Order: sequence, then C-alpha cells, then structure tokens
Amino acid sequence: MLTPEMSVDMRTYLAHVELPNPITTAAGCAASGAELSQFFDLSRLGALVTHSITMAPRAGRPTPRMAETPSGMLNAVGLQGPGIEVFLDRELPLLADRGARAVVSIAGGSVAEYTALARRLADAPGVTAVEVNLSCPNVEDLGRVFARDPAASAEVLASVRATMRYDVPVVAKLAPDVADIVAVARACVDGGADALALINSPLGMSIDVETMRPSLAAGTGGLSGPAIRPLAVRCLWQVHAALPGVPIVGMGGVMTGRDALELILAGACAVSVGTALFHDPYACLRILRELEDLLKERGFERLADAVGLAHRPPGAGPRHRIDLEESSL
Amino acid sequence: MGETAVSPVQVTGTVLTTRRVDAYHALTVVAPGIAERFRPGHFVTVAVGGPHTSMPARRAFSVHDVKPDYGGTVEFVFAVRGPGTSWLAERKARDTLDLVGPLGRPFPLPRDPCACVLVGGEYGSASLFALADSLQQRGCRVDFVLGAASADRVFGALRARRMGETTTLTTEDGSLGLRGRVTDALPSVIADARADVVYAAGPMAMLRGVTAVAVEFDIPVQVSVEEAMACGYGVCMTCVIPVIGEDGVTRMVRSCVEGPVFRGERVRFEDVGTIPFDALGAPGGRAQEGGAHTRNVS
Repeated sequence: MLTPEMSVDMRTYLAHVELPNPITTAAGCAASGAELSQFFDLSRLGALVTHSITMAPRAGRPTPRMAETPSGMLNAVGLQGPGIEVFLDRELPLLADRGARAVVSIAGGSVAEYTALARRLADAPGVTAVEVNLSCPNVEDLGRVFARDPAASAEVLASVRATMRYDVPVVAKLAPDVADIVAVARACVDGGADALALINSPLGMSIDVETMRPSLAAGTGGLSGPAIRPLAVRCLWQVHAALPGVPIVGMGGVMTGRDALELILAGACAVSVGTALFHDPYACLRILRELEDLLKERGFERLADAVGLAHRPPGAGPRHRIDLEESSL
Repeated sequence: MGETAVSPVQVTGTVLTTRRVDAYHALTVVAPGIAERFRPGHFVTVAVGGPHTSMPARRAFSVHDVKPDYGGTVEFVFAVRGPGTSWLAERKARDTLDLVGPLGRPFPLPRDPCACVLVGGEYGSASLFALADSLQQRGCRVDFVLGAASADRVFGALRARRMGETTTLTTEDGSLGLRGRVTDALPSVIADARADVVYAAGPMAMLRGVTAVAVEFDIPVQVSVEEAMACGYGVCMTCVIPVIGEDGVTRMVRSCVEGPVFRGERVRFEDVGTIPFDALGAPGGRAQEGGAHTRNVS
C-alpha cells in the first residue's frame, strides 16, 4: 500500500544509462551550465543537455534574436558558441566538476563534420550521452535540413554511432515540421540511434506592425513554449506508437509537472525543459517536484509505469488505481 | 576598478508601493535577498502575467533605489510599452512579484575621489542615483546631464538637482531645459567640471553619442546598455552586442552577464544589430576556417 510518505521511484533510462530522474534541460536553453549552477546544484538534474557544439566558434545571428508570441517565443540565436576545443577545455570539465550528467548536443553541416565532433567527444571524460541536433542545413544538399531527410539523418546517426564509444548512448533530436516524423524516427533508429529526442522548435515568424518588418533579424526563428506543446504531444504519440521500444526524451513547452506528465503519458521516458528556464531558473527542480507529486497522487510507485500509458486501449483502465489500493482498508 | 560578481537570487516579493512619475511607473517591492546584494548598476528581471502567464519572457529593469525597510526593498522604474509592462502597471500594493536579481556587472567605482559626469536618457537615469550616492560617499564630485524627448520623460530631474554639483536638462522639444540632446550639453559640462570620468545609462543611440564625446576628451566612459533579453541570467543568448575584448578580438557578448555596464569605447555601437565580419565566429570569417561549413541555423 502506498502511503503519502513513500516516494516514487523517479529513475529512468536513456538506453542503458540510468538517470536519477527524468528532468533535463533542453539543448541551447542552459548556456554553459555555469549560469544555472548559481541557483542550484546541477547534479539534481536528471541530466544537463548542453547547447549544440560546433567544430568552429560561431557568433550566431544578429539581434533582435527573440520575439515573444502568444504563450511562446520565437528565437534565432544561430547556435552561438565557442566551438568544440573551448567546450572540451572549459565547459565540459566545469560540468563534471559540478556533478552534472552532461548530454552533449552536436551540430554540423555535413556527415563528416558530425563525425569529426563525435571523434573529439569519443575520448572526452564526462560525456553521459551525445544528442545529434539534426535541424541543421546540409551543405552537401543545397542547405536542406537533415531532419527533413530520413536518409541523410540515418547517415549522420550511423556515422556518429560508429564513432562514439559503445557505452555512450547516441540520441537523435528530431524536428516536428517534417512530412513524416515517424519515417525520420525510424530511419534514425535503423541508422543506430539508441534513443530519440523530440521536438526541436518548429520554424515560425512574426512581423512587427509598428516597423512593418519581421520581428527577428533572421526573419524566421524557432517557436517554443506552451504554444507548441500539443505539437510535441502529437509527435511523441505517433513515434512512440510506431517504435514502442525506443526511449524518447520529450520536450516542447513544458512549464509545469502536469505538462511533463502529459509528455510521459504520450511516450516520453525523460522530459527536457527549455523555454521555462528563461522564465524561472528553478523550473527543472520545480517541475520534477510537481511531477513526483502528481505520480504519487495517481498511485504510481515508479515513473516507468506511466511512460506511454495513454496508449492503452480504451476501457482498459489505468494500471494503477487509487481505489484498488484503498480496497484493502 | 574591478568588481566581482555576486550570485543572484529568485524572490517572491510583495509590492509595497506603486507610483506614477510623469510618463513612468515605479514599483517598490520587498525583496531582502536582492536588496542586500545590490550595487549601483545592477538590474532585476521580473516575471509578468501571473501564474499561468502567456508571456514566458522576463522583463529587465535597472534598480532605481534600494532601502532597508522591511528587511530590504527594491524599486524599479518602467514605461508601459506592451502587454507585459501594462500588466506590471496594474499591480497594487500587497500583490506579489517574481523577481530575480541582482543581475549583471555593476558600475565600477574609482578608488580615489574624482569628478564624475552622470548622463541619463529617458528612464535610464533611474540607475544613476544609487551610483551618485556611492560616488559622493567616496568624495567624488557628481554633475548630472539628463535628457529625453519631452519634459514628462526626463526621469529624476528633481533628485539630480538636489544631489548634483550642477544639473543640466535637455529635451528634444524644448519643454524642459535646453532644446536638444544630452550630447549637445555634455562637452561644456565635462569642461566646466574638469571631469575625470563619464557614466551613462539610456538608449543605445545616446550611449554611442556620449562615448564619442568622452573619447574626444580622452576620459574613460562607463555605459549601461539597454538590450532586449528574455531571462537576465545568461541562458537565453538573445541580448548580445559586439564588444572588443582585452585581446582586441570582437565577440558577441551577453549584455546581461558580461554587462550591462561596459567601457564605452569597447562597444561597437555602429555594429549593434549585426554580426561584424571580424567578430569571433562570424559567418565566413577567419574564425570559421578549419572545418566548419555550417551556415547560420535558427
């Protein structure tokens, strides 16, 4: 019988790697990690997903880079970062120092560049997993984004998987604005991805009616925040239904524990928090606490029992029912 | 003049008072953790729209005043410019606000007494009074130059007159003080005060003009920039401006953590809103030689 004092087993697995809890930062939403560590101990996160690391330093996009939209925001940062050498010299050791489990996001313009990044990471200590950001233009295919091309995505994943150490999971990060996300997901898994992460921010745009020009200097930007949560739930639902055995990191507009639970019920075994970190530096810890409370209220002893639960056939009833637990009274 | 960073805190503060100051609003919030760490030049970010807000970006405001009442209060000044600031303008005493602060690099202070000219544009001048207080405590002479488009948008004229050795006001429409801009009045104020340093806070165009004047007089200038940001603590990466580092290399740096106070001559004002071709990591620039073929992606 579950008493209120009992805690829920919040452990989750990213492929074979155990995380103490399912809440992670989303790529590009926690800068180097040092910024959030002013507020809390990074080891309390399930994992910290880094910003997307590139081979060379990148200055990113011009400003304005951000525009608030209804229940969300558009941003076009353009993968600003110091490049892999500085990342390995300064940022990754700092994360290890602070006890963070680092999931390193990588971004490239060609299969060769992703492979070169994986090669640099293969020997680096303190890499819990590698996340492959596929929302990058492929310079060898007229700038067509990898994530929109199942074959190109599979090629990247196969090469990164073959390069990384066998015990470091490789996660494919998928974009939602594609013709068939299940086809891309399947191609990535066939290519060697150990897990999937979805969704990256879909492209959006807003126009300032005062200046009568696009709000962002780059024109378009990635839309994030609660506005995209239904899109994330749909993508998770479809991918989990098609590939029920593949671990999925879910993200898209998660602001509360309730939102995290929604993604978990759709099929996510871990949940990343992005835009909420701009609003609340403690968002990850708050969401984790709220999620644990919600699971407890619903009679779950283990987070794992809730993953994909919304897919059960109609009329099957929840696996964990508080009234059954209480029937022993 | 080096200043070490202090750790920010998140506080749910109770609104103590609200007031209108000409075209602006001012809110005083009980926020002990922020007040005790505050130094002139720091700013706070505020969550707007309540618990289930549709506005995920925090709003950044420089701190006008810090007082010891109720364990420590923080006052910030703002203009209503959109749905977030109009929500803030509707706050009443006893409402609560989510504040994070103190944020950013504060104004560096001179070690020895010297003559300082403080230049404020619009409500940017709000951050200058705590600075003036610290400077005067160190025996510095303080002269003010405050300006705006019109009289109701010049913030703190009365307080400047009380504190400053001299106070010069400028408005573009001539409704208060001299007709023109702060940069028109600044050269004679610097000359009369035999100023050793200039501090400035306000819109980017004004800071550019003030920096040009200070450079002409060959005196240091510290500017506090106003750049759009979503978080204030360094994670959103949206508030970047091109700044020349100690090594001579231009980098796109975050106004929130590396700033908002910069040495004026290090800021490439003419390139704000662009990625200068010679910035570290600029597209097609030298820094991208050696493997990166990536284009800018959102």
